[in-house]
Amino acid sequence: MNEMPVFQVRDFGVSFSQYENGVTRRELHVITNLDIELYEGKILAVVGSSGSGKSLLAHAILGILPDNAVVYGRMEYRGSRIGAEQIRALRGRKIGLIPQSVNYLDPLEKVGHQIERSVRGGKKKEKKKKVLEMMERYGLEAGVYDYYPHQLSGGMARKVLLSIALLSDCDILIADEPTPGLDEGSLREVLKDFRQAADEGKALLMITHDIQAACAVADRIAVFYAGSTLETADVSDFGGDGSLLRHPYSRALLRAMPDREFIPAAGNQPLPGNLPEGCLYYDRCPERRVNCKALRPGSRALRGGRVRCDYAT
Amino acid sequence: MSSELKTEKDFKKAPGRLRPVRGTREQAILHISLFLLILAGIMIAGSRIPSGSIYVDLEQISQPPSLKHLFGTDWVGRDMLTRTMKGLSLSIWVGIICSLASTLTAALFGILAPTLGGRADALVSWLVDLTLSVPHTILIILISIACGGGFRGIVAGVAATHWTSLTRVIRAEVLRINTSEYVRASRQFGKSRRYIARNHLLPHVIPQMVVGTVLVFPHAILHEASITFLGFGLPPHEPAIGVILSESMKYLTSGQWWLAFFPGLCLIMVSVMVSALGRSLERILNPATAYKK
Amino acid sequence: MRLEAKDICYAYQKGRPVLSHVNFGIESGEAVGLTAPSGYGKSTLGKILAGYLTPQSGTVSIDGKTREDTGYNPVQLIFQHPEKAVNPRWKMKRILNEAWNPPEEMIRSMGIEQDWMNRWPSELSGGELQRFCVLRALSPRTRFLIADEMTTMLDMITQAQIWNEVRKHAERENMGIVVISHEKHLLERLCGRIVRLDG
Repeated sequence: MNEMPVFQVRDFGVSFSQYENGVTRRELHVITNLDIELYEGKILAVVGSSGSGKSLLAHAILGILPDNAVVYGRMEYRGSRIGAEQIRALRGRKIGLIPQSVNYLDPLEKVGHQIERSVRGGKKKEKKKKVLEMMERYGLEAGVYDYYPHQLSGGMARKVLLSIALLSDCDILIADEPTPGLDEGSLREVLKDFRQAADEGKALLMITHDIQAACAVADRIAVFYAGSTLETADVSDFGGDGSLLRHPYSRALLRAMPDREFIPAAGNQPLPGNLPEGCLYYDRCPERRVNCKALRPGSRALRGGRVRCDYAT
Repeated sequence: MSSELKTEKDFKKAPGRLRPVRGTREQAILHISLFLLILAGIMIAGSRIPSGSIYVDLEQISQPPSLKHLFGTDWVGRDMLTRTMKGLSLSIWVGIICSLASTLTAALFGILAPTLGGRADALVSWLVDLTLSVPHTILIILISIACGGGFRGIVAGVAATHWTSLTRVIRAEVLRINTSEYVRASRQFGKSRRYIARNHLLPHVIPQMVVGTVLVFPHAILHEASITFLGFGLPPHEPAIGVILSESMKYLTSGQWWLAFFPGLCLIMVSVMVSALGRSLERILNPATAYKK
Repeated sequence: MRLEAKDICYAYQKGRPVLSHVNFGIESGEAVGLTAPSGYGKSTLGKILAGYLTPQSGTVSIDGKTREDTGYNPVQLIFQHPEKAVNPRWKMKRILNEAWNPPEEMIRSMGIEQDWMNRWPSELSGGELQRFCVLRALSPRTRFLIADEMTTMLDMITQAQIWNEVRKHAERENMGIVVISHEKHLLERLCGRIVRLDG
């Protein structure tokens, strides 16, 4: 991968200042060291449990963090460093979101019209035609055009939101949890359409906790844990028995899948504000060494991927 | 989000600089305590001034504002500053009693209506609509007269007209919480209505009630003053702002502007202050705005 | 014990039935999967079984008796989004103990840490909250658990952790579980029998 990433985030962190008691505040580091790179025509899946900071990453890229958040690190769009203002300018034009809940739709407007609004230019009739085509691709009946959001089932709503994003001309699309609630047929369909969107030159960032879906659709997978990227690897490394994976946490994720061993790793992800001094995975790591407790490992390249573990091979 | 991305280096170098000097909560607390202090000051001043200090002094009649009489004197030589302070503290008392009474009514109706549902709910909604459909001033006058006028009458009148909007807010909140998944789960655990009302509803409704009470207050004192001004409220011998204003009408044409100007200004300042106090409270109690800059 | 839904019909809007004449039954100690594409009324059936919705026709019964409206419901429903199922103004300890006081050992094996007990729900992640919601509903009085996409929003490790604990508890207490899910592998792993609602 020698081409330049469309978008990249390096050593990225987010902290919140929160009130504890009265007026004493604490700085809560929710994301500490995140790195991702998005390439044209590629799908990157960010996999992590809830609380790993994956949704906050999306919010940061879209510039919709709350006022008490402080962001640090480096973001680049097409090679140039960008700040909060550029992010706001890019949002909706170049960087689009595929939301995860029906609440993102206007409850008082027909869904067909809402999809139509993301089509830029063209006559009313052409727009409607495009919308109906898109809806058909997703297995939505033409009648759904006249539905109001409350009439949609969860799966249908997801399809509607996806159509809205795919019809805009953003070159980066962020999908926040696109897969839960989809039945197998629609899941395959959505993943197929993600692939198609990527093939048309869009860079996709898929945020998910579902490693199966990530394996099915992504080119590369970044594994998030407690606000940090523990490993980035090609999707092929996640196949087989997982022995190609670099970080013990990634291997534990695979082991817990219901079609594998269904064995959970002991322990819990540390909470923000309670992060350990050394390696974030120290408490649960079966391969930990003495050094890991005091020193947080940096990110290093290893076999075509990156890993934050000094002892990975 | 802060205006620019910080590098980690910046962040480590100057963590103090990145946080605003005063956060929302500090600011709000500062406002609230300042205003409370002023209000308490007025009330204490009002109660400490012996009624004898408002005496007739025919040598000092109709003096414009001066160092000796900051607010001037009236047509029988009474010091207007003393009269205004007395009047304001009376107004604040009326405001406190009225807003507490309104809030209690609102809480009772707002919680009972959706909890009992059906006819009770319809009745409360109908009462709210009915009260809102009659102009407040007329209703207050009618109730005040029916209750025999005076302090009791005006308090009853104002309290009976100011419970409506807060009732609607509380009712909506209760409806929302009653259909929430955690209340439904609680019902599945076999919890009684009373348990749910006390443990699930009240913690959500109390902050609304506190803010509601404070926001009703300025309405209450302005209504009291205007009804008194019209002659249906507090009797002329009370040192109320409404009484001062209506008496001063006769002398305004002869150029004695200070008679109405200072008492009126003070009344407005008190209501603006209380209103700001309520908004500050609302900001820190509402999690959605607790961190807004 | 047998939880049975007979001849259930339900429509959110007139003329558009989500469920028509559906029959479903589960025995104590059984784990039954319930699956169908979205829009086929899996969740609706789950809510009807747990008494959250009343069907327009048909009956739900336990050992032939219909449930009373008050008192502890022996059929407990767990939702997909734990964030909505906890009172945001309660601390976690109070939330956990609302229905019963789970023994220390269950708290531990559910992976709940002592440190979480004094926190507000907004400080915990979905996976952490769901453990509380599940454990809260696992009182011995719960005879049937309806898990409506209970772990769909959770990562694999948390999913395995919660399910292993629920299964252990179900075996011990002879509790029945209805697993509503899209995920084939999960259903195959958990359920002895899988019912498809789409025919």
